[in-house]
Amino acid sequence: MTGFVRAVWVITRKDLLVEARTREIFLTTAFFAVACVMVFAFSFVREGQAISEAAAGILWIAIAFSGTLALGRAFERERHGETLRALLIAPIDRPALYLGKLVGILILMAAVEVIVVPLVALMFQAALFDHPLLLLALLATGTVGFAAVGTLFAAMLVRARSRDVMLPVLLYPITVPVIIAGVRGTAALLEADGLPMARAWLAMLVFFDVVFVTVALWTFEPVMTE
Amino acid sequence: MDFTRLEFVEVTRTFGRRRALNRVSLAAAAGTITALLGHNGAGKSTLLSIAATLLQPSSGTVRYGDHAGSGGAALRARIGMLGHDLYLYPELSAAENLRFFARLYSLPDVESAVARGVERAGQTGRADEPVAGFSRGMRQRLALERALIHEPRLLLLDEPFTGLDEAAREALRDRLRAARAAGTIVILTTHDLAAIESLADRSVTLVDGRLAA
Repeated sequence: MTGFVRAVWVITRKDLLVEARTREIFLTTAFFAVACVMVFAFSFVREGQAISEAAAGILWIAIAFSGTLALGRAFERERHGETLRALLIAPIDRPALYLGKLVGILILMAAVEVIVVPLVALMFQAALFDHPLLLLALLATGTVGFAAVGTLFAAMLVRARSRDVMLPVLLYPITVPVIIAGVRGTAALLEADGLPMARAWLAMLVFFDVVFVTVALWTFEPVMTE
Repeated sequence: MDFTRLEFVEVTRTFGRRRALNRVSLAAAAGTITALLGHNGAGKSTLLSIAATLLQPSSGTVRYGDHAGSGGAALRARIGMLGHDLYLYPELSAAENLRFFARLYSLPDVESAVARGVERAGQTGRADEPVAGFSRGMRQRLALERALIHEPRLLLLDEPFTGLDEAAREALRDRLRAARAAGTIVILTTHDLAAIESLADRSVTLVDGRLAA
């Protein structure tokens, strides 16, 4: 294992160990995501009939909102006790620090999605699992795109007094293309002949991921150095 | 890389319109303890942050031996820092905290370094307990071992005596004397003159970002 990959893994493993001890982020975000889906289900399911087109949008709203919660909390932990300064002094490449935090957040978001996706499929009677690999690819690429930007902004805002307000204000406008591509790709999966369109949206998400991760890796070091 | 001297040359740092440091020149050699004194807001912590490469000077340079630079992993590997906040994860145990930082510093024998750090912190019997349950003094000793786990050349301590009882202060002074004997450049900030009496080789006072004569 190279030094860079090892540093990424050391940081991710520490985040997962802390989360395993507290379960704070997982429980908070999972509860929030489930509550979000349930509220929409009460609104959009009438007389046992769901508006199937709503499922994709509600799924991605739950992912984005709960992901924002996870991002804020993950960096709040580094602010508490100023451990972020200890990480910045450590002799690791700053992009490794970014990727370590990103991978930890991705694992947490994936754990929440394991609960939320079947719940959306059930509550909205949506055939999300008819094409499981394509669904998995859409979720993975959409989550990476969202978390890549979110991790950068959450790190930038960690010392800002109004970080809880600023994070969604900065994050959502930038990640709108990712969320739209996720929603449209997932909606295409639910249509009878939507597979080509779903693949096109997937390609778009891959493109966004490459752009966002590259820009974040490139800018992380300067933005973390005062 | 290694160095045996730290030198601030005409270092100025501004935050917006406020000048936190104003043309500070100061040098410290290996095997010495330098105390930075001064009131709150005098610029002590800013100077430490610049030495730790966490802040860039607005003007002036910091020289680590022959190397004038603002960072790089090789330089950061020779720096240890203990802030007023202790840079520890309260959810993790003493051993887990040390293990995490030992891995981050790519130490060759992580478990030996952890065992040594836990022993020096006097926490052998409580190594597997979460740090959240430790007293301030215990956390401070553990945090110092965290900062020293990679045997840094430069050790920076921000108000290390705050909140400690006399026994913990004496333990901290002993540890700093040992670091000095090992050739570490120790720079610490404090309000507490009594704490550094018979410890510091040199004391300098910062007043409104300037070194007092």
